[in-house]
Amino acid sequence: MDLLFLLDKSVIAFVAFAITLLIATYSTYAERKIAAFLQDRVGPDRAGPFGIFQPLADAGKFFFKEEIIPNTSDKFLFIIGPGIAMLTALMTSVVIPWGDTLEIAGRQVSLQVSDLNIGVLYVFGVVSLGVYGIMIGGWASNNKFSLLGAIRASSQMISYELSMGLALIALIMMTGTLSVKEIVDQQHGFWHNGWFTWNFFSQPLGFILFIVCAFAECNRTPFDLAECEAELVGGYHTEYSSMKLGFFMFAEYINMFISSAFMASLYFGGYNFPFMDDLGLSQNWITIIGTIVFFMKIFAFIFFFMWIRWTLPRFRYDQLMRLGWQYMIPLALINIFITGTVILLRQP
Amino acid sequence: MFTNEYFPMLIQLVFALGFVVLVLVVTHLIGPSRKTENKLDSFECGIESKGNARLPFSIKYFLTAILFVLFDVEVIFFYPWATNFKELGLYGFTSMGIFVALFLLGFLYLRKKQAFKWE
Repeated sequence: MDLLFLLDKSVIAFVAFAITLLIATYSTYAERKIAAFLQDRVGPDRAGPFGIFQPLADAGKFFFKEEIIPNTSDKFLFIIGPGIAMLTALMTSVVIPWGDTLEIAGRQVSLQVSDLNIGVLYVFGVVSLGVYGIMIGGWASNNKFSLLGAIRASSQMISYELSMGLALIALIMMTGTLSVKEIVDQQHGFWHNGWFTWNFFSQPLGFILFIVCAFAECNRTPFDLAECEAELVGGYHTEYSSMKLGFFMFAEYINMFISSAFMASLYFGGYNFPFMDDLGLSQNWITIIGTIVFFMKIFAFIFFFMWIRWTLPRFRYDQLMRLGWQYMIPLALINIFITGTVILLRQP
Repeated sequence: MFTNEYFPMLIQLVFALGFVVLVLVVTHLIGPSRKTENKLDSFECGIESKGNARLPFSIKYFLTAILFVLFDVEVIFFYPWATNFKELGLYGFTSMGIFVALFLLGFLYLRKKQAFKWE
């Protein structure tokens, strides 16, 4: 029993890990294709049909490039910086429920690596460790532009972490649990007792605050001041080359994928879809369809991330900090107050 | 022991750490290595770099970090309260109201002191 459980979890962890890497790799392709589409260009089309092998070619190039560690840099920290960034990005996927339970040979197998009862806190903890990767990498480069990029990135990320935490509190008040799996299960179906079950419809303000913070946490445009090429050359990864640069890039795309998955789970019902109980299918089929639906939601969010990138210009740093501290935090507190009042009024 | 919910996390950690270390080692081994003095200089727009980057930087960043620590501790206090909100009812709501009022007082003070103002 123990060994079977271990086997299940290893397989799920490995598959989730492989899918995460695959999606992160192909996000670079999607980004270039979507950028091309939005700007009326063709985009990459040389490697394979429609250029679908482009990300593989890029990855191969990352492997075979010369590794440059500047003389003046702090060598040990220079190497572990991108390592930490990548490691923390890969660790957040543990608590994401990729699907409901499958029944295999009479056993219930949950499609989640680990259902921690503090799942939401775990994600916050790991995400805030990600700041160290960028900070250590930028500082160890011993380059003024890298240093500026790194301190910009870290102070931006910690500022938005506050509003992110506050935005989620209203949701936690409604659900009464920190386990991601339980939050998803509470959003079963689509419509119940005359209202939508998905949390987005009860927490619209909370969701908007959360998605803005997710953009800032992932260093995506309009919050990508850390790699503002017009001012800072390449930002915190100016000195990096080869796979270490690749790690910083992949970490960004993995974070984008994971935060999309997180938003889909917390606010858009995760693997739940409308009329799931009326189809009359067996549990396994519902789970499989649910997983496909979940990935469709994730891809929709990833597309949204990219759409925003090619639509909005970058903030100035003072605007960024003003938005984070002076608007997001009070708005999140108002949201908590409204949610609390509504919950209390509806209690018998 | 294996059925502990934290154990699968360890499996994931092994995969992730293994991947990171393996890729770093492999790229180190298979990449070419033709180092020259200029190549290993730090890159600052092509101009010869002056001094190193261990420079003092704006106090604002440090202030932000300090404020983050203060506020994050307060945010953490919200979590156990939010999880039990429905059981605590009106009592919990008013107690947290007082806490948030104090929180906001500090926030307004910082705002008055222009701690959030970046030129």
